[in-house]
Amino acid sequence: MELVTIILSGILIASATYLILSKSVLRIIIGISILSHGVHLMILTMGQLKRGNVPVLDDSVSTYTDPLPQALILTAIVISFALTSFSLILLLRNYKELGTDNTEDMKGVPHGD
Amino acid sequence: MTFIHIAIFLPVIAAIAIAIIYRYVKDVHLGWFVLPVPAVIAAYLFSLIPTVSTDGPIHQNLNLMPRIGMNFDVYIDGLGLLFAILISGIGALVVLYSIGYLSKEEKLGNFYVYLLIFMTAMLGIVLNDNVLMLYFFWELTSISSFLLIAFWYTKDKSIYGAQKSMLITFFGGFMMLGGFIVLYIITGTFSIREMIGNVDLIIDSNLAPFAVVLILLGAFTKSAQFPFYIWLPDAMEAPTPVSAYLHSATMVKAGLYLVARFTPVFAFSELWVWIILLGGLITLVWASFNAIKQDDLKGVLAFSTVSQLGLIMSLLGVGALAVATGANEEIFTVAVVAAVFHIINHATFKGSLFMVAGILDHETGTRSIRKLGGLLTLMPISFTMTLVTALSMAGIPPFNGFLSKELFLEAMFEISHANFSALADWSVLFPILGIVGSIFTFVYSLKLIHGVFFGDRSYDTPKEPHEAPALLLISPIILSALVIIFGLFPNILSGTIIDPAAMSILGTDTALNTQISHWHGFNNPALWATVAIIVIGGVMYIFRNSWMFIYDYHKEHFTLNYLYDQGLLYSQLGSKKATDGVMTGFFRDYMVYIFGFFVLFSIITTFFTGLPITFDDFADVGIQDMVLVIIILISLAIIMMTRSRMVSIIMLGAIGFSMALFFAFFRAPDLALTQLSIETVTTTLFLVCFYHLPKKSKHEETIKFKFTNFIISVGVGAVVILFGLSAYSNRLFESISQFHIENVYELAAGGNMVNVILVDFRGYDTLMETLVFGIAGIGIYALMKAKVKGKDDNNEEHA
Repeated sequence: MELVTIILSGILIASATYLILSKSVLRIIIGISILSHGVHLMILTMGQLKRGNVPVLDDSVSTYTDPLPQALILTAIVISFALTSFSLILLLRNYKELGTDNTEDMKGVPHGD
Repeated sequence: MTFIHIAIFLPVIAAIAIAIIYRYVKDVHLGWFVLPVPAVIAAYLFSLIPTVSTDGPIHQNLNLMPRIGMNFDVYIDGLGLLFAILISGIGALVVLYSIGYLSKEEKLGNFYVYLLIFMTAMLGIVLNDNVLMLYFFWELTSISSFLLIAFWYTKDKSIYGAQKSMLITFFGGFMMLGGFIVLYIITGTFSIREMIGNVDLIIDSNLAPFAVVLILLGAFTKSAQFPFYIWLPDAMEAPTPVSAYLHSATMVKAGLYLVARFTPVFAFSELWVWIILLGGLITLVWASFNAIKQDDLKGVLAFSTVSQLGLIMSLLGVGALAVATGANEEIFTVAVVAAVFHIINHATFKGSLFMVAGILDHETGTRSIRKLGGLLTLMPISFTMTLVTALSMAGIPPFNGFLSKELFLEAMFEISHANFSALADWSVLFPILGIVGSIFTFVYSLKLIHGVFFGDRSYDTPKEPHEAPALLLISPIILSALVIIFGLFPNILSGTIIDPAAMSILGTDTALNTQISHWHGFNNPALWATVAIIVIGGVMYIFRNSWMFIYDYHKEHFTLNYLYDQGLLYSQLGSKKATDGVMTGFFRDYMVYIFGFFVLFSIITTFFTGLPITFDDFADVGIQDMVLVIIILISLAIIMMTRSRMVSIIMLGAIGFSMALFFAFFRAPDLALTQLSIETVTTTLFLVCFYHLPKKSKHEETIKFKFTNFIISVGVGAVVILFGLSAYSNRLFESISQFHIENVYELAAGGNMVNVILVDFRGYDTLMETLVFGIAGIGIYALMKAKVKGKDDNNEEHA
């Protein structure tokens, strides 16, 4: 299973890279979202998968899944949500001000031109 | 920390006080507050003369950074003391002169602060045994020199001159540091005395020639030797007190100091002797030749300074022979004595000449020799001073310049006796160069006297000429008096200052007992050389109009200045081009660099270290897992291919929800819940944005563009997979998870381990996370509400 998830996260990150390199801001933001999915999956895999029980204390259970990656990912999900929302609003505002969502057209135009 | 350390830093400490006084005291000229500083230091250093000349060098160490060998190791021997007295003594005179020269309206605060910084830097160079500290102070002099040249920073010429001097001297200083490091590699020490002690190691080392060349680059740039002299004439844009002080008497002599200081280290090297000897003589001839054509008084003096520095440099070259062939070779120790003596003499007569040039500028409003003339009766005191000092410079008895010039010529004749390298075979060359340089020196000295004070009184000076006020005259009068005193009684210097300095250059403890005399008998070739110089020089000056045309052959395109200007221009254009080529301003290009280098360096690193991967210890793959994997892959493929934004947003949502299911399968219920709710909100947000975005957008992406992106993304993916597998198969240490699992109840009284880690074990992380969340929220709010200037109407419509 770990082999599969590592490869899957590699594919996710590769696709994210491809999207981030494109010209459309929306695609870049989608890329960032996918990137965070790939990274979450990778972190989770590093704690090994499907070993032991759900990490909630229970007297009848002796082994638990590694809780640390889960804690890390929980933080990461929230942060990446903040990032995604901020980028989206930035895109929106950008489009309203500049009239484009193409990064090529956004190159620093001298003020006053 | 001893009194000597404090004395060296006294100017900088005073600079702080000066900056404060400048702000509050407006009625008194700031220079009066500065004057005591160099005066006190000079008095203190004078009091050290007997100690140093009888008991030997003073040595006081102050550890700064002993781990890397950078200590403020004060070492006062004859050579250092000589320079230190020049620095503080001339410094006091220059400050006095500047009080008359600069009016209270100038930015005096800046001027004196820079000047005081310079004093500390210069004292630090010469009273110091540690080469790292020497380098530090060396660059500090370059910086203060830069600031002082650019004192009138509204003038383009000042800026140009300041930049030129900075670039050239910094280049040299940096090379010098390289030389020091090479010496450190050879000897394992940063102390000059220990290097002298380990001179055998340096003689045996293959690296020695590098050290020689690098250190000489430092000395030649600082002391304005050919071909690096070009910065000094442009440095004349500085106020005249600065020119007299930095660019004639002290800073430009730092290169000479460096050469003198390292003579015991490098005297064995043929390269060292040849470069110094020939470099110095070529500088002497070339600069004195160019001095004649200058029209600006300070231009003449600048080239004159360059040529005189060349003269001293060549003398140090001969002096190295004394060390190389045994210090008892008296004929070569004469050269060292001459070098030290001429350093003193040059400081006196050139300092005075610069001050007179400043007086002429001040009182007539021009420095052009063509516009000046016939000032003899109007400015008699200035005339007398010019006469004395210029004749001293020309080498006319009985002034001090005559004595050292004669010693110089003598030294040049003595080279024929040298049993070193091929010097004896070329021995005819050196006296000839020396005499030719002296003839030119004689000619421009005459030009200074005759062109300014004799001839027809010219009336096109901007100001009505009159004698300068006493304040301006005191300093040059003192220096001119010294010219006469040293000329008549040279031996008041020889035992007290010259001998200890010459002994430290030679690296010997045996007393020299130098006696400088005016008359050496008719058999002395130097005497006849002096006669020849006066006769030929006089004739050349009288018939100057018939040979001045040769200067016209010197084409604009073949000057070193042209080379410098073009070099500077093209290096600027080149770097701008290179920068523009890399820094395109496009987001995507920078991402390509980042990802590209990520892949590149990962590959290089794994190539050298290897990447061990073992395929075992994997959990089973269930049907439901494969279904999720396939859903994610399909969604990804659709996102890649579709042109519709709506579809890609929905597919992104599909990936997100699949991730939530993954979390559920992998026994992470908290993650699954969070992911589900967050994904819902994110998708909603995307859809809201979609509503506001244009239906179609034009992103024409060429095949090449897509292909580059594809290659890079595949590279990134491959690196991630390889590193992920490697990290998974190699657990270098036990995870902290077990600690969390075991102590979740004992320490935190909680059952849900993930929650306990978040709010208890790693509580601060979570706190910061909320901070990030808050900042993002504020950012979003600001982005929605903020108005861009001038676009308010537009915004209202959209909102």
